[in-house]
Amino acid sequence: MEYIKTDLITALPELTVLCMAMFILLLDLFIKPKNRIVIYGLAQFTLLAAAYFTVSTYNPSVGYAFSNMFVDDPLADVLKLMTYLGTSMMLVYTRQYMQQRGMFRGEYYAMVLFAMLGMMIMISGQSMLTIYMGLELLSLCLYSMVAFDRDNARATEAAMKYFVLGALASGMLLYGMSMIYGMTGSLNISEISNGLLEINPKNPVLILGLVFIVAGLAFKFGAVPFQMWVPDVYQGAPTSITMLIGSVPKFAAFAITIRLLAQGLYPLAIDWQDMLLIMAVLSIAIGNITAIAQTNLKRMLAYSTISHIGFLLFGLMSANLNGFASSMFYITAYVLMTLAGFGMILLLSRQGFEAENLDDLKGLNQRSPWAAFLMLITMFSMAGVPPTLGFYAKFTVLQAALQAGFLWVVVFAVLMAAIGAFYYLRIVKLMYFDAPKDNSAINAPTDMQLVLSVNAVALLLLGIMPQTLMQICGAAIAASLQ
Amino acid sequence: MDFLNSHVLSFSIWLPILAGVVVLLLGSDNKPNFTRWLALAGGLLAFAVTLPLYTHFNYADGGFQFQELARWIPAFNVNYHLGVDGIAAPLILLTSFTTVIVVIAAWEVITNNIAQYMAAFLIMSGLMIGVFSALDGLLYYVFWEAMLIPMFLVIGIWGGENRVYATIKFFLYTLLGSLLMLVAFIYLYHQTGSFEIADYYQLPLPLTAQILIFMAFFMAFAVKIPMWPVHTWLPDAHVEAPTGGSVILAAIMLKLGGYSFLRFAMPIAPDAAHYLSGFMITLSLIAIVYIALVALVQKDMKKLIAYSSISHMGFVTLGFFLFSQLGLEGAIVQMISHGFISAAMFLCVGVLYDRMHSRQIADYGGVVNTMPIFAAFAVLFAMANSGLPATSGFVGEFMVILAAVKYNFWVGFLAATTLIFGAAYSLWMVKRVFYGDIANSHVAELKDINKRELLILSVLALMVIGFGVYPQPLTEFTHATATQFLNHMAISKLPVAGL
Repeated sequence: MEYIKTDLITALPELTVLCMAMFILLLDLFIKPKNRIVIYGLAQFTLLAAAYFTVSTYNPSVGYAFSNMFVDDPLADVLKLMTYLGTSMMLVYTRQYMQQRGMFRGEYYAMVLFAMLGMMIMISGQSMLTIYMGLELLSLCLYSMVAFDRDNARATEAAMKYFVLGALASGMLLYGMSMIYGMTGSLNISEISNGLLEINPKNPVLILGLVFIVAGLAFKFGAVPFQMWVPDVYQGAPTSITMLIGSVPKFAAFAITIRLLAQGLYPLAIDWQDMLLIMAVLSIAIGNITAIAQTNLKRMLAYSTISHIGFLLFGLMSANLNGFASSMFYITAYVLMTLAGFGMILLLSRQGFEAENLDDLKGLNQRSPWAAFLMLITMFSMAGVPPTLGFYAKFTVLQAALQAGFLWVVVFAVLMAAIGAFYYLRIVKLMYFDAPKDNSAINAPTDMQLVLSVNAVALLLLGIMPQTLMQICGAAIAASLQ
Repeated sequence: MDFLNSHVLSFSIWLPILAGVVVLLLGSDNKPNFTRWLALAGGLLAFAVTLPLYTHFNYADGGFQFQELARWIPAFNVNYHLGVDGIAAPLILLTSFTTVIVVIAAWEVITNNIAQYMAAFLIMSGLMIGVFSALDGLLYYVFWEAMLIPMFLVIGIWGGENRVYATIKFFLYTLLGSLLMLVAFIYLYHQTGSFEIADYYQLPLPLTAQILIFMAFFMAFAVKIPMWPVHTWLPDAHVEAPTGGSVILAAIMLKLGGYSFLRFAMPIAPDAAHYLSGFMITLSLIAIVYIALVALVQKDMKKLIAYSSISHMGFVTLGFFLFSQLGLEGAIVQMISHGFISAAMFLCVGVLYDRMHSRQIADYGGVVNTMPIFAAFAVLFAMANSGLPATSGFVGEFMVILAAVKYNFWVGFLAATTLIFGAAYSLWMVKRVFYGDIANSHVAELKDINKRELLILSVLALMVIGFGVYPQPLTEFTHATATQFLNHMAISKLPVAGL
């Protein structure tokens, strides 16, 4: 009995989110539409409570629960806290957008919380089964949320595409897992890692399993050549959902990649390094070059995401602590930038108008110098120009890759980064050098403007003082991957 | 006062940036004069805090002075390390001085987004001083890249018709070069475990690595200087930039490239620098001769001055790679002198452009009849540009030519042709624009310069003649540093065999 109690305490944040998500779902039945803001408040409160429990049960070393299927280590805690923060910001940004489009419903908040629960389980997954369970919970919520605006044909099409390809990816991951299970006889991450030491690493079934797992992960990240769903889903989904898909789940995807590749399959590093290398180079090249041709802002950000994932893989493929920590730093910077970028689209959107074309940004400096400045920081950060956070993100992964000996790949990546800078500069050009197309006032709730300002200015301030964030990422990785 | 004295460089960097932010927050187009005076006050204050670099500089010390050291990003052993030597200090003074000139020059000219314009130049000034004073590789890189952002906006917002093309070209060209430099920095970091430039100076490197590092730096700095054949962004950027942008580009930004060769590429990879000196001298001579000929045929005044800048910067790189005291000091004098002369030339074009809205030489003629005072200044600066003795333009070029003749007669001979070509394109432009009969009714209506314009042109004229007659202060600044630099360059960094 005692150990069940320990288990439950370890998973206290997850249980909180689970209970609150179900409570919100029920409460929504009894609440009048005009009071629905209460549900929004409850969702934010849930995040706060989860954060409190995560901090209060913080474990400076590695602890296991539920028969070693669930892990609580600094990496999990830090990633979960970042997930709460990102989700909370996303809820602030999307409130008015959902209200204006008749999507301000209880299910939205319940589903966001369920999706986040899925992420939390992925982050803490120590068994391939747990990881898969969390992944499916997350994915199912995301599929249905893409189609949340159910009368919108494009959104429905995007949801269908996302579902079919996502299910395929899950299937691949599961297939890979089953092969690894067949070879090592265990689903547990640390047992797999130990078991692999006794098996011939050149065994074809093992390699095939690894290929399937890497392919599944790449699908979830959206790395080339598994990126086809990204632009369509980004463009088709309501912007608020695109923001969710593009931001916080990447923390979870990063976590399962660390669990599966860096912990479980580390003995096979020499094989997956090459796979990641190819995907990284292709992602950076195709993401950056294709983004130039886009006229839709959401689609452009989708290709930008693909190239960012390429840079992220640079850190992972270095296959050492330095590399993993730099990837974690990169993903944090990426999520902050993505939130700011989509936040700006939501800020400029209004009732009956989606500010999703590049031209909608024209002359923003004359309409609102502050908004233009925030977007300026975000764009230069995405392009990796100092003194913004995005520069240090690129810097850390490039130094990790260079340390691992990938000199020419790094040179190629920086050339591509220079090409990529073009489409970010084009947005700055539209905002600052062109005359505005429409002069309607920007009308957004104060809390959203405030959070968005803090978000974008943080990209600048964290760029001037990046040490703390680097240290957190480095320490979390070092403490969790001895 | 103690705090001020021990943090001269920090104040020089952060005060203009802070002033820029204040202007941005308080200024607006509704109260233009307040905004302008605020910016001027900020600029003057920022200039004032750099003055200790002149008054308190120890001329006998060839090393780094005014040093400040603090931990910045311990995770990567990056320090906030500042310091100046005899090369950086005069360039910092030039930067803060030019910023004041630019603020005054924009007074009535810039009428839209005044606060943003002024703030961009103030912030840029701080960032450029940061580049000149950083002694830590990553700190340097951050300043180096960050200054692109305000310049990008300046050209793009207040520039001419083709400004978008020009500014994006400027940004991408520079970014591409810089990113390779970043790779070099990361490589050096993994070799030494730090970003301290002083550690890089001591690091022994095999020749191949040195050549790769040198080329990575070369890509960044050659674009910035700019050297032939990566100069093509400069004429575009200059032509489209507003006057202030052109002034800063020519007077300071080009010098950043030259300065950085002395700070990074050459001392970190001295053997590669010697090995590639023939290549560098050839590129410099092409810039001096070929680009001067290109300048000769320009129809646009700004383009002509832009090409003349490239040609003059050829002297700077030529002086560096002769590896002699005279050549090096001449190159540094040339950098400072060109800062004044090119700024003055662009301001002169600005004066005409504000009145006529044309930069085409063909639209002018006989300006001296309607603007006699202005014409006197313009002729003086054109003379200085062509290297007339008793102007600062002569000193640097003469020193470099002397050093070049000593190095190899034909190198010196080719370099010396600039005295003819430079005079040809400068004076021919003066002849076509200022002399002759009044060309058209627009020229007939021109009004001579006002007090504000008189003030900035006189100050610059004073500098140009002052340093022409008495260049001693400049050579004093640089002498000890140049000696130390050449001593460092004379020692091979190749790993000794058998160790």
